[in-house]
This record gives sequence, structure tokens and C-alpha cells, in this order.
Amino acid sequence: MWLYIAKRVLYAIPIALGVSIICFSLVYLAPGDPIQSLIPPDASDEDIAAIRRLYGFDKPVVFQYFDWLARAVTGDLGTSLQSNRPVLNEVTRAFGNTLMIAVAAVIVAFVLATIFGTLAAFNLGKPVDKVATSISTLGVSIPNYWMGIVLVILFSVQWRLLPATGMGGDGSDGFSWFEWDQARYAILPMVTMAMIPLGVVTRSTRSAVADTLSQDYVQLLRAKGLGEGRVVLHALRNALPQMLAVMGLQLGYLIGGSILIETVFNWPGTGLVMSRAILTRDIPLLQGTILILALSFVAINLIVDLLQTLVDPRIKRS
Amino acid sequence: MIRPPQIRSRLLPSTLAAVLMSPAALATGTSLPGGTLTVAMTVSDVPDWAGMPDQGFEGHRFVGYSLYEGLVAWDLSTSDQEVDIIPGLAEAWDIDPENPNRWIIDLREGVSFHDGCAWNAEAAVWNYQRLIDEDHPGFNPVDFARARSRTSTIAEVEPIDDMSFAIHTREVESLFPYNLVYVLMVSPCAYEAAGNDRAAYSQSPSGTGPYVFSRAVPGERLELLRNADYWNPDRIPQHERLVLLPMPEATTRAAALLSGQVDFIEAPSPDMIPALEGAGMTVVLNEYPHYWPYRLNVLDGPFADMRVRQAANYAINRDEMVALLNNTATPAFGAYTTNQRNFGDPYLFSYDPDKARALLEEAGCLPCDVTIGISPAGSGQMQPLPMNELMQAHLSAAGFNINFEVMDWNTMIGVFIRGAVAHPEYHAINFSSASMEPLSFVRSFMKKFQTPGGSNWGGYYHSEAEQLLAAALESFDPEEQDDLIRQAHELVVADASQIFVVSDLNPRAMAPHVQGFIQAQSWFQDMTPISVE
Repeated sequence: MWLYIAKRVLYAIPIALGVSIICFSLVYLAPGDPIQSLIPPDASDEDIAAIRRLYGFDKPVVFQYFDWLARAVTGDLGTSLQSNRPVLNEVTRAFGNTLMIAVAAVIVAFVLATIFGTLAAFNLGKPVDKVATSISTLGVSIPNYWMGIVLVILFSVQWRLLPATGMGGDGSDGFSWFEWDQARYAILPMVTMAMIPLGVVTRSTRSAVADTLSQDYVQLLRAKGLGEGRVVLHALRNALPQMLAVMGLQLGYLIGGSILIETVFNWPGTGLVMSRAILTRDIPLLQGTILILALSFVAINLIVDLLQTLVDPRIKRS
Repeated sequence: MIRPPQIRSRLLPSTLAAVLMSPAALATGTSLPGGTLTVAMTVSDVPDWAGMPDQGFEGHRFVGYSLYEGLVAWDLSTSDQEVDIIPGLAEAWDIDPENPNRWIIDLREGVSFHDGCAWNAEAAVWNYQRLIDEDHPGFNPVDFARARSRTSTIAEVEPIDDMSFAIHTREVESLFPYNLVYVLMVSPCAYEAAGNDRAAYSQSPSGTGPYVFSRAVPGERLELLRNADYWNPDRIPQHERLVLLPMPEATTRAAALLSGQVDFIEAPSPDMIPALEGAGMTVVLNEYPHYWPYRLNVLDGPFADMRVRQAANYAINRDEMVALLNNTATPAFGAYTTNQRNFGDPYLFSYDPDKARALLEEAGCLPCDVTIGISPAGSGQMQPLPMNELMQAHLSAAGFNINFEVMDWNTMIGVFIRGAVAHPEYHAINFSSASMEPLSFVRSFMKKFQTPGGSNWGGYYHSEAEQLLAAALESFDPEEQDDLIRQAHELVVADASQIFVVSDLNPRAMAPHVQGFIQAQSWFQDMTPISVE
């Protein structure tokens, strides 16, 4: 097991390198120039050259990349061109903020999807199945930014039950899921974020459990007189590896791709940071964010693989 | 010729507001009002508070001018007059009678930085030196870059005595004092105590402004406290705490205001204004020096012909554009708004599509193919996509064949900086502008300020206007400056130098308990008179 983990961690290195090269290249291939957001519009050629030199953008792109890489391996991801703050601090703070709602959203979605999917699988074609399938379809179909706006209108503007934006009076410095004054800020973004994984995992749970229920051994269990509760446990245990794989992917998507939800709720996570970095060509910040996201995706997949092994020992690791 | 229309505005009566902001209570020694004013800005990050701010003028508006000050300040105390500069950390500035390149600055007495550091000539020289001299221990590329358009003409600075110093410009520049208002003074003591390290300084920044730094959560919020010892008693904040939140999405800002999370929002979308007013919020509009144009490439292509430029100006139905924007804009007929002192009495292009078509035919450009660079968003760009769609409809009806090249804002800035010579593929670009002070007008219309190194994107040139503006740059008589610039403005408007479309009215919304705000005719606003009841 430990050897397997070590190998997977080593595999992450070429992945991270590949991601950083692709990201660096794409940013430079895109129209625009990082220097443009740093200089006044009426800057002269001399001033532009001076500022380019001061920021190190006068060096060839390859040299810039290796400069960045040499520092990145020591944990220094550089300084944001816009905010002038260390990229590592910016990204880790944002990553933590996103993780707070993404993990909660995945847990909520996983629990509800397990219930809905299992109920649907045990009642294929019946009204319960139709309701669960409808919930699943709605979760996947409704644009989550629209859902977010609707929730804000209802719960914040109309009923004033929950805050509309942000992370509370102390920002992310004072946020805690265990204090209601803080936690209430996260509820609407978390619920919005949970909608898509809820839909996706409900469908995959339904199909995995239904598939398990059609296996001969389930018939045997029932023939041996096992109660339905025990049958559910057996069915779920066999469906769990597939559900975990889907859930892991969903967590990865939520961490990296929640720009719209974070914009609607002004939640200071990786989505907001990344959109800011893209719009201002803040290359160090964009590089750092994508690198951290790529590594987190690798880590999530590793954790899912290990959990699958624990749940189902038949899944052998080389 | 037609007269400019009356401007629709929903102003807070400035006289009433002036009473509300009166510091009489301070003078009589009564306690200062408390309360927290929470503001949702349009920026996507907290503007930099460690010196020269980023995030454009919004950074200056909320952070720069709250914590810091320049030698010169904006007079933001009224809503019904054009804003001009007034003494700030300098009490007076004069050109050396023996040297037209040397400005003598007399500093304000009795001012100290928030950390107690003395404000004097030594501090002023230190601040300017660090922005122009790479070898200065306080030099930082961030501040250098952000201040550059206001410091690039400075040759050197020199102390004269304890409370005065001199700035030498590279050439005669009579409008130079307008540059002084943007360059903000930080405490040399605090900066040196931080080891001249900008990041360390940002932990305890120190300026001379009406607010002092309280705390910041990077990317999320900045909290400032009232500076009860501020040197100008008229501008001691009427609330205890100012909380600034970046909130780039207009719908989110409106929701935050309606749900009571914030007290004051910048730029609600025009569609949201009826809902905000219906919910009892106060919506304030006012003219300010902004215009939304197509800047024309006059070096080459169809717009090199004045008749085509005039046709485009006749083709635009400005009233329909204002209606599209839910009356949050006013028709623009020039680079100045109609109530600015240098607007003058120019020819006003009215909506006349038949005349536009006739001019195109006369110019041999019917249909007239033009390519225009536009952006889907950007500072001062208002609602660029629907506005450009309407522009396309108007221009097409008059005989133009419009091809839009859409690019993101950062790319558009690059196109602007490099100028029309480097981008002949664009016959025009949609790039909003501010004729806030005479200098910005001069830089937009004089040939010598053709980009790069100026704001004249399309290489515009009008010989008579060029001479007038050159004379204005060498005149040290403000009335003569204005007279020359006013004449130049009338000429470049009649010459259809750009397609002038609308000026933004800069809507802001606030909760009913927010009192005393005076929306000045400026990109900058004074938050200090606001009380939160």
C-alpha cells in the first residue's frame, strides 16, 4: 500500500510539470500581455520597457518559465502581479475557502444521493423512482448560477433568513462551520454547489445498486431469508466503489470549476481568484492556482483509489 | 445647431447635504457619531492599500484617498459644480518666475502621518524620489508603474526649506498640478520601519488621510477607522468604521444591499434600479467627466475622411441609447459633458440618418465597411454589448457595414496602448474616457500625445486645435488655459474627431439609513460626510 502511494505521488510530478507547461504556454498564446494591466494606458515605450524589465518580463519566455519552476519547487510560487501578495498565500487561502463548501456540498450530496439512488433502485419504475430520477435530472439540468440567484432572492432578499454574500464579518479569517453566525454564510453556496453532484451521484447510485440487485448472489441472500436492510447494505457496499469514483470526480470539478457559484455568492475561493487572474493576465497567480488545483485533483483521485481498495479488497493495486 | 438637453438627475440637494456634513458638533466638542458604513465596490479584489492603489480610479476613490492624500486634492464637497483641484497636503504651488520648468510647492503646516511621522519637505521629497529613482531605498516597481503617468515628466525634486520643495519638469507643463492629485504620500517613517519592504509595510500602512488602517482580509475586505485627529475638521468621517468589500457582480451587490448586508453599492445595473427604488433604497445619479465613444483611426481607412466621421455622428440616436440604459446616462456631444466649463458652444450632431447617408455617398463610402474593436466589459465601458448592438443598428441604418472584433478588456487595453499605427486592422475602438481635468483632454487630442505615450489612439490631428492646446500647455493663467482648451474642444467636436455617444450618470444605491452622501461630479467621491443612522 505505501509503495503504491509513493508511486502515485511520484506520478504527480510529471503531471504537475505538464500542467505548468501547458498553462504557461496557453497564457502566452492568448491575446493580451501581463504588463498591460500594470502600466497606465498612456505609458510611453520607454516606460513600458522599464516596467517590463523591473518585472522580469523582458527575458525569453523559456527563461521565465524555468525561473518560475526553480522557485516553485522550493514552495515559492512568486508574487501576484496585481495584489503584490505571495501567490502561495493567495492560493492556499482561496483553496481552503473553496474546500470548505465543496467538501460540505459533496458530503450532503453523497448522503442524499445514496438515499435517493438506493430508494430508486429498490423501486424501479415506481413513483419513488420517478421522484428520485426527477430530482437527479433537475440537479444536473438547472444552471447552478441561476439556482444560486433564486436562492438568494428567496432566502436573503425576501425572507432575510440567510446572508446573500461573503464569508461573514471576519471574512475567511474567522470562518467556522461550528459557529452559526459564520456557518450561515456558507449554506446557500454549499446547497447550490451540491445540486450537480446530487444529480450525478443519484443517477450513478441508482444504476449501480440496481445492477447489484440483479446479481445472482442477491437472489441467494434473499432466498436465505436475509432482511431487506441487510440486502441494502450488501448492495450498497458493492455499488460503493463506483459511487466513490463519481464522487471524487465531482469534488475535483467543484474545487476547480466553481467560478460562477463563487461569483454569485462572492465567495473568495479558487474560482474567483482564477477568474481574476485570467482577466488581468496575472500569470504567477494563474500558474499557482492551476498548479495547486491540478495537484489537488491528483490527490483526490489517489484518495478515492485508496478508499475503493478499502471498501472492496478485490480491487488490487499493483 | 441645437442646444444640449437638460440633464436628468436625482441629486441629493447639496445644500442640505452640506448642512448634514457640518462639523459643528466637532467644533463644540460633542462626541463623534458612531456606526459602520459597509460599501460594496465593483472591483474584484480589495484595492492595494500599501501606497499607490491599483484597480483604477475605484482604488483611488475608496482606498487611496481614504488612507492617503496628494499634495493637491479634489474638491468633492458639492454635487452641483464641476470638480476642480484644491490645496491638499500642499497649501500652495507656483511656477518659479525665473524657471518655467520649476514648480515650488509650499506644504501644509501642522499635519502628521497616522504613525506620528512629521509631514514636511523631507517626507515629500522622499515620496517623490522613491517614485522616480530606481536606486532609492523606498523604490518599488509596483508604485513606480502605477504612478508613472503622473511622474514621467519629473526630472528631479529638491528640498527648499523645511516646509517647501521644488519639482523640476522636463519641459514647460502648465497643467502639471493636475498630476499632483494622483500621487499619494506614504509615511517615510512607517516604510523605513518596515525595512522598505512593501509587503511588511502593508501590515501597518500609514498616510495622512481621514481614515486609518484597521485590518484587512486579503481579497475579501478592508476595514478603516475614523481618523479623529485628521487635520481638516470639515472632513472628519461621520461614521466610526468604513468596511470595503470587493463585489464585482452587479446582481450580487444589489442582493447584498437588499438583504441588509451592505449599506452602499457602486454601479447597480440599470435594470435593477426600479427594484432598488421600490424597496426603499436611495438611488443617486449625477453627471461626471465620462464619455463613451468610438475612438476613430484617422490615419487610414474610412474615418480619415471627415465626412465619414460626421456621418457616424449623425447616425447615432443618442436618446434611444439613453433609454436603453434606463436613463442612467445622458447624451454625449463632446469629450466634455455639457456642464463642464470647457464644453464651450460646439456644433452638436443631432440624429439625422438621411444626412448621414448623404455624407457617406458624398465621401464615396456607401456601404461603408468599418471594423470596430469592442470589449464585453471593462472599466467605464458601461453595458458594452447591448450598447454596441444598438450602435450597430443605428450605423447600419445609415449605410455603414459594421464588423465587430470582440476582445477581452486586457487585450483592449493593449490595443489602446499600442495605438492605431500598430493596429491598422481597427478603424475604431470602443474605449471610454474621462475628461476629468484639462490634461486628460489635451492628451487625447494633441498629435504629440499619439499612443504609445499618450491617449490620442487614432492619431487625431487638427492644426488649429493643436496650436491652441500647445499654447494652453505653456500658459500659466488658468482663465487663458480654459479659454484655449474650450476653443480647441469646439473645433475637435465640429471635426467629428470621435463618435461621441453617451456619458454615464454613475448610479449608486444606498440604504435609507445612509445619510449625507454628496455625489460629486467626479470619478472620486468623499465618503466622510456619510452618517449611518
